[in-house]
Amino acid sequence: MPNTSFSPSIESRPTYAGLVPQGSAPSIMIADAEGAEAIMDLAERDAAVLDQAHLIYIPKGAKFGSKLAELGAKGYHEEASLDAAMTLINRLLGSAHMGTQLYLAGSEGMMGRVSALALSLGLPLDAIQMEHRGSIGRPMQCVHCKGVTQDVTTDPFTCSHCGLTLFVRDHFSRRLGVFQAVCVDAETPGVVPEIQEITA
Amino acid sequence: MSKQMMLEVTEVEPLTPLVTRFRFEHPEKAPLPIFSGGAHVVVEMPDGEMLRRNAYSLISDPNDASGYEIAVRREETGRGGSRYMHSEVTPGTRMRISVPTNLFALDPRARKHVLIAGGIGITPFLSHLRQLDLLQQPFELHYAARSRDEAAGLKLLPKSARIHVQISDEGNRMDLGEILTGQPIGTHVYVCGPEGLISAVLDVAARHGWPKGALHSEAFASPPPGKPFTVTLAKSGRTIEVSASQSLLEALEAAKVEIDWSCRGGACGRCETKVAACDGQIEHNDHWLSRDERAEQKKIMPCMSRFTGAALVLDL
Amino acid sequence: MTLQFNDETFRGDYSYFNTEHAIKRLPFPFDRDEYMYSVNIEAHPGGPKGSPFEFRFDVDEHYVSEMKDRAITLDDDPLRCQSLPHMELAGWDLLEIIMVSKAEDYPNLFTLHRDGNRWHWINRPLGIEQRFTFLDPTTLPCGPMEYITRQTQGDFALLHERDGNLWMDAGMVTSQADWSLDFDIGMNFFEWHAPVPKAKQMGVFDKALKFLLAMQQGQSYRRLNWTMTVNPRLDTSPENYHKWGPEKRTITPENVGRKQHLRIELQSFWRLPRSNAIAFPIRCYLACLEDICTQPKWGRRLHRVLRDIDPTLAEYKGFAVNQDMIVNYLSQFDDGAPTSPGIFPDA
Repeated sequence: MPNTSFSPSIESRPTYAGLVPQGSAPSIMIADAEGAEAIMDLAERDAAVLDQAHLIYIPKGAKFGSKLAELGAKGYHEEASLDAAMTLINRLLGSAHMGTQLYLAGSEGMMGRVSALALSLGLPLDAIQMEHRGSIGRPMQCVHCKGVTQDVTTDPFTCSHCGLTLFVRDHFSRRLGVFQAVCVDAETPGVVPEIQEITA
Repeated sequence: MSKQMMLEVTEVEPLTPLVTRFRFEHPEKAPLPIFSGGAHVVVEMPDGEMLRRNAYSLISDPNDASGYEIAVRREETGRGGSRYMHSEVTPGTRMRISVPTNLFALDPRARKHVLIAGGIGITPFLSHLRQLDLLQQPFELHYAARSRDEAAGLKLLPKSARIHVQISDEGNRMDLGEILTGQPIGTHVYVCGPEGLISAVLDVAARHGWPKGALHSEAFASPPPGKPFTVTLAKSGRTIEVSASQSLLEALEAAKVEIDWSCRGGACGRCETKVAACDGQIEHNDHWLSRDERAEQKKIMPCMSRFTGAALVLDL
Repeated sequence: MTLQFNDETFRGDYSYFNTEHAIKRLPFPFDRDEYMYSVNIEAHPGGPKGSPFEFRFDVDEHYVSEMKDRAITLDDDPLRCQSLPHMELAGWDLLEIIMVSKAEDYPNLFTLHRDGNRWHWINRPLGIEQRFTFLDPTTLPCGPMEYITRQTQGDFALLHERDGNLWMDAGMVTSQADWSLDFDIGMNFFEWHAPVPKAKQMGVFDKALKFLLAMQQGQSYRRLNWTMTVNPRLDTSPENYHKWGPEKRTITPENVGRKQHLRIELQSFWRLPRSNAIAFPIRCYLACLEDICTQPKWGRRLHRVLRDIDPTLAEYKGFAVNQDMIVNYLSQFDDGAPTSPGIFPDA
């Protein structure tokens, strides 16, 4: 299943161009769930990409771990969660040299969070490659309490931190790696539109 | 377009046989606008019938409002702007100078700045160095020149372990691969000098996986001379003659046709002009238009480009 | 000119008011009887004596109370003022422009002595006296942008120029029309304007960006923008939407004249010298419909503009839900007579 195609939206909604191999340059690859397939596709196009790659995989229930481990990355790391992986990711990005390629594949939540970290360390945006695979659940930040609710698939939804009912916006912050959610019933408390599934 | 000030030349100092430093101050010693490292000014040169405007990087301290300094390399094959500076300008000369504009600023987010200069391309880095010193940011400067005689910047550079000079006459060449390998995340690269150096740096950087967002360049292009040609203005029907050593932009300005401009060297896009009709070949000498745009011949950059053919009509 | 400062609130009991003098000098944003987006930029400063266009940073009767309200908003939510680390130099540039301008334009209210980098600033209305070293942030109680914008009316965004675009990398935002600095900081020109309906397709932003990138120091510019707010509330942030949102539904035909406010933005644009950044002040003027309609030309015009406006814009500008009541109220001031072009009230 190839890179997800998101329907045209506002200027700030990110789009993901898909991964393009950059030879055997040192690289950091991070994938979650079905993002593994994008890494496997990448390796198929050019096996050399794994030569100097650190590959971090967060399965989230998917079963691609053993296939990824066999790809021959310089370092393969399977992590229980993105939170758990952040220590290693911080270390790898922080000590990377310019010229290191960053490949991200999988959910918007993971890609948003990791690319935000990379940007904050000084990596320009055009050094970060991203490909969306799998669930279209979004990381939503409640503009009121600033808490982030992961993997949101409905609109509206309930903030997992402060409990307000929030509607989903396409407005996205690269600095934070999240979409914006705003109280849906501020003007008419209790009057909430019908819950719908988010689509790409 | 830019606000202009009438300033007085107070110092003319040859730095090398080919390069001369000029200092400008306000005639009443009023403070001049301060600027940011990498900025340039446009100097107006009334040369007989021709009014030339050339852009020069500021080499003086950005925070020093007492004067502006530039360093001009004498070019024998140009249109005469640098020759004019070297032969006609002396202390006491008054000249119209634009307010500084910056198209080659440092990226203040950078964790480290790698500066690469070739020949007269050292000039913008002289003001950059002051800014880096003020902000206390890590940098390294690599300066390549053909000979010590030609290395005009040597007199003006501070002594520093972070400044590396390569004189090719002495058998030293810049190793771009080495410079561009192993730089920490967040490093930005800036290159200024001959076209060949700029392409080499961008090429080596690309091959080493550097993202474009971390690479900055400034080319010192000035309009090449060529065969005279004529353009017609669509709205008024006027015809404008462009002489051999005049740029299209200068010819339009001489004819009092207002065109927006900034760098005057084909890089910033400000003077982009629509072409209403073209029967011939536009010689695109700029760095702004895309390959497709050049082929279409519906746009021209008057600061740098010329024309040969039967007719060129501008949408002016 | 002796300026009397109002003692008023922009929340709670909403004791905010405009004197007749303040009403007459409002920068009414409509120069004709209809409205659509435009890149309506003019040189700034420059305008009739006594108008908000005369001086670089207009100080009016609301100055002291507005700064008090800003301080409350910042105490409640410090994230309303942020500066990404690389923007400190731009903050100094802004501090310099504001201090120099205000000391020159309002010598009775502000004084600036400079001895090299040793500066001495006196702000009489706020009772502030500060000696500090320019460019040394340890000599000020907070960063330079925060320091000076706590003493200057209006919101401020500092834009970093790079990659042929402008990036909102610092800001003081406590009187915004429903956008979040904490969310938008770090975005570029097109991204932070993404939620504005229709403007992108009209090419308004492309033209505006081109203009801004071409700006040089020494010449600044302004334009007018507007929205509508219920109650004279400055803090209409998304963060607090669940607090002020319900107020939008309290409009009745009896109170609409006094409660419904036109919120005018006088935006200006400045190229900053040391940082090469662009300063983008957004100065806010609030006036209720009743106040505006004391000027006959404005009453007629406002009625026509709000009656005929594109519905998507009515929604975006924040008054769609009350549009009928607003238009009905205003209709009493519109006798159909022609209105003169331009924004100023007839004498």
